[in-house]
Amino acid sequence: MPEPLLQVKDLTVTFPNAKGGVRAVRGVDYSVGEGEFLGIVGESGSGKSVSSLAVMGLLPSSAKITGDITFRGESLLGMSDRALSKLRGREMAMIFQDPLSALTPVYTVGQQIVEALTLHDKNVPQRSAEKRAVELLKIVGIPAAERRVKAFPHEFSGGMRQRAMIAIAIANDPALIVADEPTTALDVTIQAQILEVLQKAKEVTGAAVVLITHDLGVVAGNVDRVAVMYAGKLVEKGPVEEVFHSPRMPYTMGLLRSVPNMLTAGKERLVPLEGRPPNLANLPVGCPFADRCPAAQDRCRTTEPELLADLRDGREVACHRSDEIAAGTLKPSDIFPRPPHEERAVKDSTGLQPVVKAQDLIRHFPLYKGAVFRRVVGRVKAVDGVDFEVLPGETLGLVGESGSGKSTTALEIMELVSPQRGSLEVTGKDVGTLSRAERLAMRQDVQIVFQDPMAAVDPRMPVGDIIAEPLTVHGVPRAERDRRVVEMLELVGLDPEMTDRYPHEFSGGQRQRIGIARSLITNPKVLVLDEPVSALDVSVQAGVVNLLEDLRDRMGLSYLFVAHDLAIVREIADKIAVMYLGRIVEYGPVQEVYETPRHPYTRALMSAVPVPDPTIERARRRILLTGDLPSPTEDIPGCNFASRCPLFRMLDETRQAQCLGDDPAATVHGKSKVACHHVDEIHRLDDADISALSPIPGD
Amino acid sequence: MSMNAQQPADRGADLAEDLEPTAHLIAEKADTTASQQEKAHRPISRGRLVWRRLKGKPNFYIGGAIVLAIVAFALFGDLFNIYTQGQQDSFNFNSPPSAQHYFGTDAIGVDLYASMTSALRTSLLIGFLAAPTATLVAAIMGSLAGYLGGPFEMFTNWLINLLLVLPVFYVLMIVSPAIADPSNLPGAIQWLGFMPAWGLLVIAIGLFSWMIMAQIVKNQTKSLKEREYVKAARYMGVSTPTILRRHIIPNVASLLIIDGALGVAGAILAETSLSFFGLGIQAPDVSLGTLLQDGTGAAVSRPWLFVIPASFLIALLTGVALVGDALRDAIDPTSEVNRA
Repeated sequence: MPEPLLQVKDLTVTFPNAKGGVRAVRGVDYSVGEGEFLGIVGESGSGKSVSSLAVMGLLPSSAKITGDITFRGESLLGMSDRALSKLRGREMAMIFQDPLSALTPVYTVGQQIVEALTLHDKNVPQRSAEKRAVELLKIVGIPAAERRVKAFPHEFSGGMRQRAMIAIAIANDPALIVADEPTTALDVTIQAQILEVLQKAKEVTGAAVVLITHDLGVVAGNVDRVAVMYAGKLVEKGPVEEVFHSPRMPYTMGLLRSVPNMLTAGKERLVPLEGRPPNLANLPVGCPFADRCPAAQDRCRTTEPELLADLRDGREVACHRSDEIAAGTLKPSDIFPRPPHEERAVKDSTGLQPVVKAQDLIRHFPLYKGAVFRRVVGRVKAVDGVDFEVLPGETLGLVGESGSGKSTTALEIMELVSPQRGSLEVTGKDVGTLSRAERLAMRQDVQIVFQDPMAAVDPRMPVGDIIAEPLTVHGVPRAERDRRVVEMLELVGLDPEMTDRYPHEFSGGQRQRIGIARSLITNPKVLVLDEPVSALDVSVQAGVVNLLEDLRDRMGLSYLFVAHDLAIVREIADKIAVMYLGRIVEYGPVQEVYETPRHPYTRALMSAVPVPDPTIERARRRILLTGDLPSPTEDIPGCNFASRCPLFRMLDETRQAQCLGDDPAATVHGKSKVACHHVDEIHRLDDADISALSPIPGD
Repeated sequence: MSMNAQQPADRGADLAEDLEPTAHLIAEKADTTASQQEKAHRPISRGRLVWRRLKGKPNFYIGGAIVLAIVAFALFGDLFNIYTQGQQDSFNFNSPPSAQHYFGTDAIGVDLYASMTSALRTSLLIGFLAAPTATLVAAIMGSLAGYLGGPFEMFTNWLINLLLVLPVFYVLMIVSPAIADPSNLPGAIQWLGFMPAWGLLVIAIGLFSWMIMAQIVKNQTKSLKEREYVKAARYMGVSTPTILRRHIIPNVASLLIIDGALGVAGAILAETSLSFFGLGIQAPDVSLGTLLQDGTGAAVSRPWLFVIPASFLIALLTGVALVGDALRDAIDPTSEVNRA
């Protein structure tokens, strides 16, 4: 067996604090061979980033590191910073999550690539380093690289910055690239591009890649081997197919079953993984997962299982019951049974009065220039003429990438004032005609749940007051408010004893439940959910999604569900509206839109969503979009998607002229409305049709 | 956990507290569950929670003790002294501290002990009134300007900048004749003449020390305004004054309290400096400033005349600052954790 490129042995990282120290990483072993693609998955706080920073020698000096890290047989831990710096960038490169803060804003992208080159080889002449920088930018797919090399980081979009980061990382043909959540801050279509670039970078340099992420979908499609981390330890390690298809550690099972899969979503319920990861400063004895593990036994609470290799097939699992699981006597469906799925009757929506109805709604933000005499120099067309309606008891999913105007649309509804153009009706009344008192009364019917569970609740107020706040507006007496708060806490699955706690004592998922409780206390008819689960860890997401589904069905609520995660929308929504640059490009029943997407953007978006199944993921062909979202200030005479449209490039000239000159109006196809001139040509993209693939067999 | 780089940047503040509060929560859970059986679902009021936290702070006790002792001395110190303020003992000029004159006497035989109690009363009064006045003005102007924006914000900015470029000490020098003798007040505010000199000094100090805090409150308000809970409150139909009172002011409260507490020290210092230069409190009234001024010349030859008022001043400022510090920790449940 050849010696592995990188070997991590019994790595422990402790951050000292007043109470002795937090062990962020507790004995991690792994190795990466030459050219191998390893994925490390874990939720936030599992220590996955810390362990990779330890490899790069980038941890703060206060951190105590024990164990051993060898790179090509050389130990990195004892190395001086100077010696490490020689390795970093040349032999080992790192790609960070946030490409904006990872690039220096005062130097051009080109200068930063040149720096990476000349730093390790002083003999490279400036001229050839510059030439190489352009080449690198071309490799990572930056258009007009000769010009772009002189641009500053702020002139790049998020996706382009991440490409530039990859260019810097591969500048010196490293043997190892560590990518720490490289796509987390990016939209799915950009994520698909970046993952493609990462694969290409790996091919070009032949480097081994360690990809750290919380997204199981990203792991499924890219890596060869996967390691799952929990509470500072690896709990399962193995080839990606095997781990995904027959997980042996209950945590891996739970994680896999809690992730919504775009291909199966809506047909079965998500399996929530209850509880939260243990506090690393105060770890319980025994298996750290025992508290959340339905299959925990007495021995799990007394001794912590070590990561042991199974002698028969070489898979490594840290679980006392891995033998039973491997033998098939303990099945994932026994440990994490799916909650019963009630088939939602497809309602006959004809004749029902919509609770929210928007017609030709626009929201433009003027751009000003000049300090003394302010004048309008342009408009940001955040929302540019959308029509939709939400029927009673129905969920409309509003999806799109960032900048598509989906959140602005949601907030526009919450304002309950006459829109800049078009009309908005809520519970059958035109909001433009409301009097002050009527508007106040209507606020009871429309409530909102925000994305960031930390920012959505006032940190200085006890939970009871937070939840009761909507009632204070309507003059509800104190005793009644207290009673309702207790009722709401029970409804969202929180302990009613917690009314006097402050938000920072709750986990993200619990805080989101507080936000939901607050929005429900007035018995609203419509709930606007602005990315309600996207800031949560996957295992927590499932619980909140299930809660939202239950509440909707029990209380007859209508949801406007704004999200960028297509899998979650398929799970919860009845209808979907796909937004692009302030417009709805496709609008129809979920089933139909997901199975036969008719707009090229919808297709591209769906093909970009990673599916947490390695077999399917590898067989899928992506429709990669070129470039980034155009600026919403631009005036585009024709179809605003034409600049990135994959179908557009396949069309003949007369049809292209139609796209460029004529803004497509929404036309009815089947049960959907599609804003595209060439719906009949969409089959040309069929090679990459994801609906042709059969969904994963259920369990 | 707190080192995890993959959390969104704007939740940075959340990172540090991630570990500690959970430990705290677990610990607290253990002792609350026991007492919960008899406890009804009554939410504990915020004030009581703050008080509960305050009681655990050593700073609060030390600072509080110092301030209380000085206040008690100012109020009741005279009970143990046969001399009254200004009274001369013509047999004891320049007497060092003794059983007869606890703090000694000055060149004309005035009892320093009696002067100290009187001076402290004046200085404490001015300090404890001027600082909250300034903080109140800062909170109102700052939060309104930040929340409303538009013309009101422009006006506030203009006013703040104007007041900031004015040399405050110079302005106070100009208005000091009016403070010394209210009959010098300009006609329009002649009615303020009923106030004693210290009252006018409170107003003068208060009106010239709110600007920087208002600026900070304004900027804080602008960022708080974009917070989702403020938006949520707006979408619930909560009125602007209520949003300011319920969400904005409490979230800048720790700033205001620090400002208020440190402002007390600042106001006492301002009064002391003005009086030191003969611009504030005028004879025959005394304040810490006038005493210090009288004592400076004698600092070497008759040290008690300088050292005693100076020590009181230092002790008072330290005590006030310690209390302010403890209050901030108690009111802001995250501040303590963030610093740990």
